[in-house]
Amino acid sequence: MSTSTTAAPTSAVSARPRPRPGVKVRDYGILVALVAIVVALSLSTDTFLTPQNLVNLLDQASVVGLLAIGATICIISGVFDLTASATLAVSAIIGVTVGQEVGVVGGFVAAVVAGALLGLLTGTIVVKSRVNSFIGTLATSIIYRGMAVVITAGAIAYPLADQAEQFSMLTWPSLFGLTSATVMFLVVAVAAGLLVSSTTFGRRLYAVGGNAEAARLSGIRTDRVHIAAYTISGTCAALAGLILASRAGSAQSAMATGYDLNAIAAAVIGGTSILGGEGAVWRGVVGALLLTLIGNGFNLLGWDTTYLQVTTGGLILLAVTVDGVLRRRAR
Amino acid sequence: MTQRAAPQISVRGVGKSYGGVSVLRGIDLDIAPGEVHALVGENGAGKSTLLKVLGGAVRADAGEVSFDGVVTTITSPRDAIAHGVSLITQEGALVPAMTVLDNVALGRWRARAGWVTRRADRAAFDALLTRTGFDLDPAARVKDLSTGAQQQVEVLRALARGARVIAFDEPTAVLTEHEKAGLLQLMRDLAAGGTTVLLVSHFLDEVLAVADRLTVLRDGDLVHTGDAAEQTTTSLVGHMVGRQVDVLYPAPAPVPDDAPVLLEARGLSRTTGPRPVHDVDLAVRAGEVVGVAGLVGSGRSELLHLLFGADAATSGTVSVDGGVIARPSPRASMDAGIALVPESRKEQGLVLVRSITENTALGSLTSRSTGGVVRRRAEREAVGAVGRSTDVRAADPTAPVGALSGGNQQKVLFAKWLLREPRVLLVDEPTRGVDVAAKSQLHHLVVDLAAQGRAVVVVSSEVEEVLALSHRVLVLRHGRVVGEFGRDAPREAVVALAFGDDPTPDQSPDQTPDQPAERTPA
Repeated sequence: MSTSTTAAPTSAVSARPRPRPGVKVRDYGILVALVAIVVALSLSTDTFLTPQNLVNLLDQASVVGLLAIGATICIISGVFDLTASATLAVSAIIGVTVGQEVGVVGGFVAAVVAGALLGLLTGTIVVKSRVNSFIGTLATSIIYRGMAVVITAGAIAYPLADQAEQFSMLTWPSLFGLTSATVMFLVVAVAAGLLVSSTTFGRRLYAVGGNAEAARLSGIRTDRVHIAAYTISGTCAALAGLILASRAGSAQSAMATGYDLNAIAAAVIGGTSILGGEGAVWRGVVGALLLTLIGNGFNLLGWDTTYLQVTTGGLILLAVTVDGVLRRRAR
Repeated sequence: MTQRAAPQISVRGVGKSYGGVSVLRGIDLDIAPGEVHALVGENGAGKSTLLKVLGGAVRADAGEVSFDGVVTTITSPRDAIAHGVSLITQEGALVPAMTVLDNVALGRWRARAGWVTRRADRAAFDALLTRTGFDLDPAARVKDLSTGAQQQVEVLRALARGARVIAFDEPTAVLTEHEKAGLLQLMRDLAAGGTTVLLVSHFLDEVLAVADRLTVLRDGDLVHTGDAAEQTTTSLVGHMVGRQVDVLYPAPAPVPDDAPVLLEARGLSRTTGPRPVHDVDLAVRAGEVVGVAGLVGSGRSELLHLLFGADAATSGTVSVDGGVIARPSPRASMDAGIALVPESRKEQGLVLVRSITENTALGSLTSRSTGGVVRRRAEREAVGAVGRSTDVRAADPTAPVGALSGGNQQKVLFAKWLLREPRVLLVDEPTRGVDVAAKSQLHHLVVDLAAQGRAVVVVSSEVEEVLALSHRVLVLRHGRVVGEFGRDAPREAVVALAFGDDPTPDQSPDQTPDQPAERTPA
């Protein structure tokens, strides 16, 4: 189903859903930017549009992409989750450690459960302490990093020697030649997208982020919504941690440091409002793809990667500025 | 007209559009120095926009504005201030965490080599207090002040900036009756002292009482300018809507003698918090509208929040149809059949960035979902139907609710709760900041909903509104019910009781230790 999108441009017109009223350029500007970069790289390099590069690209995007999904859901509900990368590390370490006892698959399951529970804990801490989520999760993330150091005693955690092969399963090719990691990322993206766009939970998420008091007076238990958002974010972080660990063949306390901000950046680049109440999961995914694409482009074009961060930062500013301008014009 | 002073402000051909929709067209207007000039019109007529053009908050697309005969381009509030124009908006432009003194001096701190010299600020501040007769503590934090006092701070700041024109956008909407009277007097005093006062207000009697001249806008066009003395409320409404509409309130249908009590509160109290509620007993029968009057801060909204379970009561119970709500929460109250249309639609009622459909559906999501997935078609149909019954006027139900006029926003809020088919409806300020036509519709809605057998409680700072819509009116003061009136009671009696001027002294001690000073008249 994923192959037909570019194939038959002429017959697709009638099948296209009629545009909903109220759809504006602003809503899809970020997709235009993504397509523009893809086209530019396709034209200027021979290497971009090769299956191997595309598989690599999506594989690379899967970690930030999963984190961006969690970040997007939290931001829509009006909170930040700066624990994501620390949760990722703790979950991955638990996955490796438990896996040594019960086997690789059992370890992976344990990691995901650990991520969900850590998310639940983060959410409960933020909600019950009534501390601003930015500060609350910043402090919590330091605790989680500390936990990671304690569990590993500062060492790198490896799976047992005979597990190493199976442990790398997320790097194996799967559907359409994509890596298992990519497939997992895309499945989670679709599921999270549907959850946010089509369920009563999604409606509550937007309402709580858009106006918490109005949501409360509409009978929505805002605390539960926030805790659920953090739990989803923690689960996504654990999945991302498994991908990183599977790739590296190990887990350690300092892994993925700083990825929280990449995830938030991806969400914002995609067009999710930092003020809450607006945004979408697909936007976070597109933002993550865009960030990955820039790094990929630098490599393929042979540009000096010294300027990569400058470019990335500039892009984030540009995205937010353009969004703000279009928003003001729309009002 | 020729004997008037040369116009201080001259507006010629001013127009403004937003995204292709023109909200002001070819406005020509002259305003003389020292006059109180009111701009009236329905919501969306363009009066606030015109005010903002003059105040530099909005830039006109066409036309020109001259001050004292000189054509000027005002592109920012800073320009406007330089021309002596200060704009006081509904939202307010104060820094809540700063002191009164610092807010008055905001942006204009007297400084020497970058260091703020407070003594000079203070001296200027004291001089202004003497001039205006305000009673404000310069060291108080603005966030701790009442809305009325905050407005006084804004006026002081305008004067401190040497304003010769002060423009007020809906200044009295959030004030108590007492504060209103004070503000209107201040406008007269300012004008008498040579300051030009521009006023945008929905309250026509107030406009007629204070304005020298007035301008009526309708759908972006200027339809009338003239002396205020020549107009009446009815003639103004005629200009505003382009036809004569009745400004009469609908009367509530009589309550059948056998109508059961639907909502009952016993000994309801919340003794914590800044505005406590003490020992309220209340029984509302099916089909009955009970009004609650009182000053801002008398505990009106707090009482509704207690009835709805939105705040925790320290003692007392709420029951619906005889069943006590065991563990009060908004959700428990909703399940029992209570709905609350809250006081502030922007802060408490609506999620402004979300669509009309989503906002309307928000209170009853689970009734149109299968396994947690929203059934969109059912939702569209339900929202469409209830939107028609409440006359929500919106071209596009997927547009953000924040883009609607105040009246339509308020209707969305009613529609949201009607989807739940509530048996008890609590309404806080049903028509605040709503245009005349929508106001009348909302009044009819409230009366109709009661006539269908619902128990309705209406809170409003407009005493006339409460009296007209209700079968009986309770008066709250300091969180206690201090009296009850029938709907034919004179307005003055209700206001007097709310202020505490009742001839019969209370049995209970009236002074609450929490807030003794706030009530003393300024």
